[in-house]
Amino acid sequence: MIAPFYKYGLFGDFTSLIIAFLIGIGFGFFLERAGFGNARTLAAQFYFTDLRVFKVMFTAILTAMLGIFYLSWIGLLDLSLIYVSDTYLLPQIAGGLILGAGFVIGGYCPGTSAVSASTGRIDGAVYLLGMIAGLVVFAECFPLVESFYNATPMGRITLPELFQVPYGLLVFLIVIMAVGAFAGGSWVEKRMATRKGATHT
Amino acid sequence: MSTTTRVPQPYWNPYIAGIGLGLVLLAAYVIMGRGLGASGAFTTLVSAGAGAIAPDHAAANPFYAEYLGDGTRNPLLDWLVFEMIGVFVGGYLSGALAGRIRVTTEKGPNITVARRLLFAFLGGGLMGIGAKLARGCTSGQGLTGGAVLNAGSWAFMLCVFGGAYALAYFVRRQWL
Repeated sequence: MIAPFYKYGLFGDFTSLIIAFLIGIGFGFFLERAGFGNARTLAAQFYFTDLRVFKVMFTAILTAMLGIFYLSWIGLLDLSLIYVSDTYLLPQIAGGLILGAGFVIGGYCPGTSAVSASTGRIDGAVYLLGMIAGLVVFAECFPLVESFYNATPMGRITLPELFQVPYGLLVFLIVIMAVGAFAGGSWVEKRMATRKGATHT
Repeated sequence: MSTTTRVPQPYWNPYIAGIGLGLVLLAAYVIMGRGLGASGAFTTLVSAGAGAIAPDHAAANPFYAEYLGDGTRNPLLDWLVFEMIGVFVGGYLSGALAGRIRVTTEKGPNITVARRLLFAFLGGGLMGIGAKLARGCTSGQGLTGGAVLNAGSWAFMLCVFGGAYALAYFVRRQWL
């Protein structure tokens, strides 16, 4: 085992911030390349006309998931040293629903709004201001929601542990489901394109 | 090759862009042992702001206090803050190389700019609240937790798509 490098002390805190900056550049670059600096591209996901959000997001998840799986399998990456945030089921479900609403109303999520603002989009910059306002509201109201925020704690738990399924089998099933969903998504896009073909060229 | 081209290049094939994004996420895990994030950086920024404007008030609030730490180091010297600065730079670089830098407002044809910006602000506000309740956003929970099969992250992700699809019909005039 030699990875994660940082956890094995290959470099210190200062270097980690430089790495953060470089990784951020890669993150922002590919978000913009994917078309995620544009709210219309992102919102199209929710009207079935362009399923890029789903395709990009799940291709990224599959790529990283398979990389992590194989690197740990051949003994390079120590999974126990990887940070997996604790699950708090109910607040995460509620947060997901609220965040989904914010996504379709505002047209972005936090990372994509940053890319949008940095490529000149005014709506992206205004969205960032709205998010900062939302964070202040949440922080100021935190004492009121604190008990719900900490409700249904489940600790550090992954899907293989939750369903008692071997890690490799679940990785395999997710790949199969994703490939099926990619094919289904492309079929839906084609149908939507022919349906509205006359009005939108 | 001309660098003065004003015609924006088309976006990349989503699977190619997705593999690129996935490799960046994988690199974060292999190098740092953690994934990507976005909303956390802004929470640190807000907490640092609160700590600067009203130190006593911020210290008394457990939410701010967690992000401010024990006061031995500047809270802005944070991994996610530096990563987010990189995101702004990387997004700009990609946009500039593809001729996509434009000062404009993205919206559908049936809504005014003012209304679109109002919705952007409201949506951002909901995003801020939702991301804190869920302990992360589409980056910190969706991508990052998704790749390590974090149970809470997958429940969260289903709800993000569920919430957005449930509301899409009511805000369609913004986009269609």
